Amino acid sequence: MARELSFIPKLAKKARLRFDRHSGSHMIVYPERGLALNGSAAEIARRCDGTRTLGAIVDELAREAGAGADERAIVETDVVAFVELLAQRGLLEP
Amino acid sequence: MSAPRPYTLIAELTYRCPLRCPYCSNPTDLAAHDGELGTDEWTCVLGEAEALGVVQVHFTGGEPLARKDLEALVTRARELELYSNLVTSGVPLTKQRLAGLVERGLDHVQVSVQSARPDRADAIAGYAAHPQKIQVMRWVTELGLPLTMNVVLHRANLDEIDELVALAEDVGASRLELANTQYVAWALSNRDALLPTRAQLEAAGERAAKHKARLQGRMDVLFVKPDYFGTTPKACMDGWARRFIHMVPDGRVLPCHAATSITPLRFDSVKDRALADIWTSSEALLAYRGEAWMPEPCKSCERRTIDFGGCRCQAFALTGDASATDPACQLAPQHALVEAARSREPGERRYLYRGR
Repeated sequence: MARELSFIPKLAKKARLRFDRHSGSHMIVYPERGLALNGSAAEIARRCDGTRTLGAIVDELAREAGAGADERAIVETDVVAFVELLAQRGLLEP
Repeated sequence: MSAPRPYTLIAELTYRCPLRCPYCSNPTDLAAHDGELGTDEWTCVLGEAEALGVVQVHFTGGEPLARKDLEALVTRARELELYSNLVTSGVPLTKQRLAGLVERGLDHVQVSVQSARPDRADAIAGYAAHPQKIQVMRWVTELGLPLTMNVVLHRANLDEIDELVALAEDVGASRLELANTQYVAWALSNRDALLPTRAQLEAAGERAAKHKARLQGRMDVLFVKPDYFGTTPKACMDGWARRFIHMVPDGRVLPCHAATSITPLRFDSVKDRALADIWTSSEALLAYRGEAWMPEPCKSCERRTIDFGGCRCQAFALTGDASATDPACQLAPQHALVEAARSREPGERRYLYRGR
């Protein structure tokens, strides 16, 4: 089931988003595991701070990318999919 | 071959521990391991590990709380942005000391319980620690830290899955590790008293799967099967000296906690060489890194990049040859050793306890 755009994602307290100087990209570190992020995933993860709805995150990222209506749909798909992946790994507050 | 990037440092700060669990992963010849690294040496090691690529550090033991400098090491780990995990029995610990560790940047705590039932738990641990463990787990969540509750499973507690999950929920754990005993070190000495029956194991696995589904997104429930009842070996440490640096209290660098049991190997110590030098060129770490050491059937097996040939310590303990195919694998020439052990009639439950 897709998440509503009104959902407010927040990284779980066990998850720490950090820059990895060895790979030059961000990663989420959590007990016994790590998740390497590409640039756009890091931009989404950074905004999962409990203050923004999914819709607001999509708006911000689309605006920063100068996306038109078609491209905004792509951003929305990416954001929803990535946030779902975080949820499945238990990396979001319930 | 260039050395792979290690992501995790397992820092066994001491072998001292008030508990005496019969499946303890510490060496069985404890007395022969003397001389713990000092604070400065560990501080230096943390920096060297980070430089190699490490992002997580587990402070463990023995009981890491026995070290008075744990606070200094947690502080250093935070300065280096390492994700720090305290693996503890919770004995002895006050809420005040725990709060201090949290303040210094501790990220996560893992507490092991021996059973959901206090009398059983204390009989297994050989020490009356259960009430304290429950208390410590509550403190961890009260202080806002994520908690993993770990349970080593064996014949005497496999029937408790429901109770253990209820306990983990009650104390607010975000992760529950239900890990079946791996039969190396003390657990191998106690194998006949610990091995479950297949029926017991399957029933437990089903219970765990139900809870995992029910708690998805709220609590991670992991059920780790014992390799004795599988058909393929475990991917031990994700491969020898590949992702984990395991350091023992005296400063030697191992691929895993049990590797000193492979007596022909000589492990280098950070007292003599830099960690980076050891990681890239220590003979013992090179011995089974990668695939060059593999015999058949491993060498041509399509699973060799998945399970890395299994556990070298188990191969050595059971066959006397650390480069043998792990006998837990059904394709191993010596698989009969494992079959014989698991089909044995249950032995009397009388544990051989480690000394303190």
